[in-house]
Amino acid sequence: MSTEQTAGMPRHEWRSRFPTRNYLNADYGIKSWLLTKDHKRIALLYLISVTFFFALGGAYAAAIRLELLTPQGDLMQSHTYNKVFTAHGVLMVFFFLIPSIPATLGNFLVPMMIGAKDLAFPKINLLSWYIFMVGGILTFSALLFGGLDTGWTFYAPYSTSFSNTYVVLGGLGVFINGFSSILTGLNFIVTIHTMRAPGMTWFRLPLFIWSHYATSLIFILGTPVIAITILLIALERLAHIGIFDPALGGDPVLFQHMFWFYSHPAVYIMILPAMGVVSELVATHTRKPVFGYSFVAFSSLAIAVFGFLVWGHHMFVSGQSVYAGMIFSLISFAVAIPSAVKVFNWTATMYKGSISYDAPMLYAFAFIGLFVIGGMTGLFLAALGLDVHVHDTYFIVAHFHYIMVGGAVMGYLGGLHNWWPKITGRMYPEGWARFAALVIFVGFNLTFFPQFLLGYMGMPRRYHAYPTDQPVWQVLHVMSTGGASILGLGMLIPGVYFLWSMRYGRFAPANPWPATGLEWRTPSPPPTENFAVTPVVTWEAYEFRPVEEMAVIGPGKSADVPGNQNPLSHAETEEIP
Amino acid sequence: MLLTQLTVPQVTVPFAPEQASTFAPHVDALYAYLLIITIFFSVVITGLIIFFAIKYRRRRPDEVPRPRHGSMVLEVGWTIMPLGIAMTIFVWGASTYFKAYRAPHQAMEVYVVGKQWMWKFQHQTGQREINELHVPVGARVKLTMTTEDVIHSLYFPEFRIKQDVVPGRYSQMWFEATKTGTFYIFCAEYCGTNHSGMGGHIYVMDQSAYQQWLAGGAGAESAAAQGQKLFQERGCASCHQTEPGGQQGRGPTLYGLFGHQQAIQNDGLVTVDESYIRESIRNPQAKLALGFQPIMPVFTDRQLSEEQILQLIAYIRTLGQQATTTTGASASGSTTGPTTGGTSPEAQRSNPLAPTAPRQGNSSPQLPPARGGTNSNR
Repeated sequence: MSTEQTAGMPRHEWRSRFPTRNYLNADYGIKSWLLTKDHKRIALLYLISVTFFFALGGAYAAAIRLELLTPQGDLMQSHTYNKVFTAHGVLMVFFFLIPSIPATLGNFLVPMMIGAKDLAFPKINLLSWYIFMVGGILTFSALLFGGLDTGWTFYAPYSTSFSNTYVVLGGLGVFINGFSSILTGLNFIVTIHTMRAPGMTWFRLPLFIWSHYATSLIFILGTPVIAITILLIALERLAHIGIFDPALGGDPVLFQHMFWFYSHPAVYIMILPAMGVVSELVATHTRKPVFGYSFVAFSSLAIAVFGFLVWGHHMFVSGQSVYAGMIFSLISFAVAIPSAVKVFNWTATMYKGSISYDAPMLYAFAFIGLFVIGGMTGLFLAALGLDVHVHDTYFIVAHFHYIMVGGAVMGYLGGLHNWWPKITGRMYPEGWARFAALVIFVGFNLTFFPQFLLGYMGMPRRYHAYPTDQPVWQVLHVMSTGGASILGLGMLIPGVYFLWSMRYGRFAPANPWPATGLEWRTPSPPPTENFAVTPVVTWEAYEFRPVEEMAVIGPGKSADVPGNQNPLSHAETEEIP
Repeated sequence: MLLTQLTVPQVTVPFAPEQASTFAPHVDALYAYLLIITIFFSVVITGLIIFFAIKYRRRRPDEVPRPRHGSMVLEVGWTIMPLGIAMTIFVWGASTYFKAYRAPHQAMEVYVVGKQWMWKFQHQTGQREINELHVPVGARVKLTMTTEDVIHSLYFPEFRIKQDVVPGRYSQMWFEATKTGTFYIFCAEYCGTNHSGMGGHIYVMDQSAYQQWLAGGAGAESAAAQGQKLFQERGCASCHQTEPGGQQGRGPTLYGLFGHQQAIQNDGLVTVDESYIRESIRNPQAKLALGFQPIMPVFTDRQLSEEQILQLIAYIRTLGQQATTTTGASASGSTTGPTTGGTSPEAQRSNPLAPTAPRQGNSSPQLPPARGGTNSNR
């Protein structure tokens, strides 16, 4: 169907002719998936895996919240509870949050956004997924055999000399999983450096690419440290080498330094890709270039670099020197500034934009609002005198859930919705998507806001039972559990309609929103090689151009290429009153 | 400048524990400042987003707005301004922390040993408590703490303080309670099965009630007396002299040693504080005193528990101190009322049941021991 046929037609009535040959039907059979080299198929393999781990981690979260409905530890024994919160943390951090956006959306989009046919190392990309699966299976086995109870933070000497659980097996799974991250990071960096299409200069790259580049730097520089740390835990447990055991001359605080040296940058691994997604969502759904492009791009790099210098803010009361504490506190305040700059730039992008209320944009709104709260509560924690009171309380738990769920997960969901048409060739149902976004937003805030209050009032974290003479605490916990139920139900809704859409969803055109990236210049879903001819980029990032120039890149007249509709009948820009 | 002398606005913040220490109002004031800033920015950003989302909502499916790429003025402005605000928070937070970090010189000492899953406290006067701590109001209390097993963290929410206890070393924390009452003790570092059960209450009592409580522990030997017994029983006396003069033993004389500098082998000077004594017991060769043979045996935690080491330290601190008990009551420099630091000489003389504390908080690890001249106003 050509644009002449679609011009003037209401958007909900035009449909594309489903491209006959695309990456989903290019080959059939389980082997074609398990031995694929196509980055898009690997992204889908990851999508299935991380969704599984997310669901499992969420189930553990439900158990935690159920236990905390009452002050007494009456739902499960304390030993069990300790395993439950450890499982929740380990699964969510290492097997969902760290891989989710880079391995699903990143794998799918990085080559397409830069105009390449695939990543630099397609077989290594597949290897990354297998390594991820091996690590996941090992950790999952540890959970099945009886779990581990060290907390996701594995603090020595509890984890090395006192815990009687499957620390080495679970740790081994995490150790192996780390290599999956390292290889993905390597792949992204090489790809972005060497495989950009002609004319795609660094400052024409989508901000999603900048974010993933910065994330990849952290992947390759930080992950080896956690690998060694876990290895040392294992050696200490198995061979008593004494590195963390004071009786043998070791130092338990050394573990904390090594652990947090990775795990703080790790939280930037979790948030930077989501910020990259949000940049794309805001540009697409306001139809404006992101305000302050280069500042947003450099902020990603600044966050990655500064993120390596603040690990001691997890250790203000651990026994490090007060002067070290001051330096870490100072730099922790500095690292907040690039994130603030991004928030201001996204907000400025909306000024005099053309703002749609489609689900991806709703998730972008949610991200920005919740990230502001999560980020600013980080300032509470960076302030030394205040952190002493709230460290290891529910204030911390609320802070990081605001960033990781209110930030990273919202970004992930927004990205899934935004690129779902491209990935599957189908539209999700917009009405249900907006409803689910609202339910998730309400459920999330009801779950985690009370936890700020609980934390300041003194409720420590990782507590199976809490004082029975504090009725306010129980009220807040009940609110939090109620919110968690709503949040969980809300999360199920996209699970259902995404699956539904793959069979019954409206066919998606090449560029439904429309948006400006190269990934939208392919049919939905794209063919295996992405672009029939190598694109030549002559425009700036986020530049809306006349419709003929934003069509699917392919041989022959663009108007004849299937799936080439674009609701913009003209592209002269106008001043929004 | 003493923490209590800092002017701090008296703020009550919602959903906060009682303010029961001199530190608490500072923390709450800083929290209030942060709350205001957070609410301000949240409201501004959220408000702008909602306003833009409504005012600039898409009206026609094909509208494309004019691009706006950036503004150096805005970028510099909204980089500098948050940085400036962040620096004010940093300075306030750091100065609060710094002043609270250093334990004051004159304080009532309590030794704390955490273990799975209880907190053990020992007063200098000898009383031991488990998961409970009785302290007088208005007194500076300094806790010297360690753990027998894993890392725990001693947390008093109403005082707004916590500090991890780490195996193999001492950590310190101090507070001055400002109101009587019963407040929580929590463990705030995950430590295994009964982490959430490892807590209790701290009882802050007025002076007379506290004296009564102390007297109720009549017969309990002071920590230093227990340490002296250990010193004899475990054979320390066979190598370490405790009196001046006489023949040098196989090990350094301990008389008057605490708080002073000690030359060690491989060039260096170390201050003889709690940590050095503990290390010399657990690992004698680590910092061997200059001029002595490496013949001191190692005492593992099976031979001397953490509590016993603390009692030995309490005893060693008394060696070479003046017999007159400087009670630190007035040496604190605080101009506010009651006796700080435990039993006063008057109370001791009048109450025969009150144990004679060899010293009450008159020396700190950082200073040489007071020799009776420092406290001019009793």
